[in-house]
Amino acid sequence: MLSLIGSLWGVLLHTFRPRVTVQYPDQKPYLAPRWRGRIILSRDPDGEERCVACYLCAVACPVDCIALQATEDKNGRRYPDFFRINFSRCILCGYCEEACPTYAIQLTPDFEMAEYNRQNLVYEKEDLLINGTGKYPGYNFWRVAGVQIGGKDKGEAEREVPPTDVHRLLP
Amino acid sequence: MNIWENVVIPIIIVLGVLIVALTIAAGLIWVERRLLAVWQDRYGPNRVGPFGLLQVLADTLKLLWKEDWIPPFADKGVFIIAPGIVMVTVLMSYAVLPATEKIVVADLNIGLLFVLAMSSMGVYSVVLAGWASDNKYALLGGLRASAQMLSYEVFMGLSLMGVVLLAGSFNLKDIVEAQRHMWFVIPQFVGFVLFLIAGVAETRRLPFDLPEAESELVAGYHSEYSGMKFGMFFVGEYLGVTLISALISVLFFGGWLGPVLPPIVWFLLKTFFFICFFILLRAGLPRPRFDQLMSWGWKLMLPLALINLLVTGAVVLTLGK
Repeated sequence: MLSLIGSLWGVLLHTFRPRVTVQYPDQKPYLAPRWRGRIILSRDPDGEERCVACYLCAVACPVDCIALQATEDKNGRRYPDFFRINFSRCILCGYCEEACPTYAIQLTPDFEMAEYNRQNLVYEKEDLLINGTGKYPGYNFWRVAGVQIGGKDKGEAEREVPPTDVHRLLP
Repeated sequence: MNIWENVVIPIIIVLGVLIVALTIAAGLIWVERRLLAVWQDRYGPNRVGPFGLLQVLADTLKLLWKEDWIPPFADKGVFIIAPGIVMVTVLMSYAVLPATEKIVVADLNIGLLFVLAMSSMGVYSVVLAGWASDNKYALLGGLRASAQMLSYEVFMGLSLMGVVLLAGSFNLKDIVEAQRHMWFVIPQFVGFVLFLIAGVAETRRLPFDLPEAESELVAGYHSEYSGMKFGMFFVGEYLGVTLISALISVLFFGGWLGPVLPPIVWFLLKTFFFICFFILLRAGLPRPRFDQLMSWGWKLMLPLALINLLVTGAVVLTLGK
C-alpha cells in the first residue's frame, strides 16, 4: 500500500520535469548530415551531371524503385536519358548511395515529402537534380577516371601518366 | 401555485445539471489526455484550438461520423440498449447530487441509497453489452465487470454507513450541512479510503479496469461497439468518474462548504481535485490480477468496512446522547 502511494508521488513529480516532446512543425528536429532522407542527384564542381548511368543504383535497390535509361552525349560522356525514383516505394535504405561509383546519387536530411496524390511521389530527373555537389565538394569523376571522353584524352586525368605505347616499347 | 418557482426554476436546474455534467464528462476526455501527458513528460493534444481544447469537439465529430456497426451475430435489441443504460443510470444519480444548497434536482431523503441503487443498475449495462456482443472477449469482460462491481458494491455501501451514522441522515444535503464544523474525512478516514477504492472499481477505471483490460481482452465488454455507441460507454465512464468525485467531495469534504469563494466554486474545485486524482491513479498504477482484485475486495476491504462501521457505531452510541 505504501509503495503504491510512493509510485503515485513519483508520477506526480513528473509534472515539473522538462518535456521530451519536440513540437514538430513549429520546432524542427535536428537532422544529422548523414540522415537518409529524400534522394537527390548531384552535379560535379563544373556543373555537369555526375551520374554516368551505370545502373548500379537500380541494381542495388531492394524495392526496385529506381528506373533510368543510359545514353551518351557527343563527347562520349554517359548520362541518364531519364532518371526516375518512385518515392512511394523507396524505403530510404541508402544502398543506392553506397553503390554509386561517382557520388552522384545522395540521400539528404529532408523527409517532408508528403503528397495528396500518389503520382506526385514519382520524381523525374529534373526533380532530383540539384545545382550543387552535395556531400562531396570538389569531386569530379571524369577528372579522375581513366576513361577517354571528348576533350580529355587518355592519360590526361589527374594523377595519371600518359599511356605507354606498347609498339614502341624499347629498353 | 407559483409557476416561476415550481416549474421554470426546476426545469432550468434540470437542464443546467444535465448540460454541465455532460460537458464536464466530454471535457474530461481532453483533461485526461493532457494530464496523462503531463505525467509522462509529454504535452498531449495541444494543437486544436487554444490549448487543444477543441480536441473534444474534434473527437465528438469523429465519433459521430464513424460507421455505427452492429455485428450480425449480436443480439440486436440488447446490443443497442446496453450503452444507453450506463448513461441513464449515471445521469439519474446526478439528480440527487447537491451542487449547492439551491442547485439540486431532486432533494430525496434517501438520496444516498438512490445513488447506490443506480450504481448497481449500471452493472446491467456492462453485463448486457458483453452478453449481447456474442464475442468471447466481450463476454469475459462482462463477467469480470459483474463480479468486480458486485463485490466492490458491498463494501462501497458499508463504507458510507459511517457517514450516515455521523450525519444521521441519508439526505445528501443534510450530510453536507452536518460537516459545517468538521469534514467527515477526519473521523471517517477509513471510510473515505474504502469509498475511494470502491469508487475506482465501480467506474472501472485503472487500476481496476480489468473488464476492459486492453492487453488481455481487446476492449472487454465494448469490443464490438463502434461509433456513438462506443462513445456512450466512453462518456458514461467519464460521467461515472465525475459522479464519484462529486460524491467524495459531498460525503467527505464538505461539498459546497468553504470560506470566501461562492459555494458552487468550492464544490467544483473539490470535485475537480478528485477527478485529477482519478487520472493520477491511471497514470501511476499497474493493473492487478483478477484473483488479487477479488480477494482484496472480499478479504481485506469488506472486513475493514465492517470494523469501521462497528467502531463508528460504538463511538456514536457512547458520545451521541
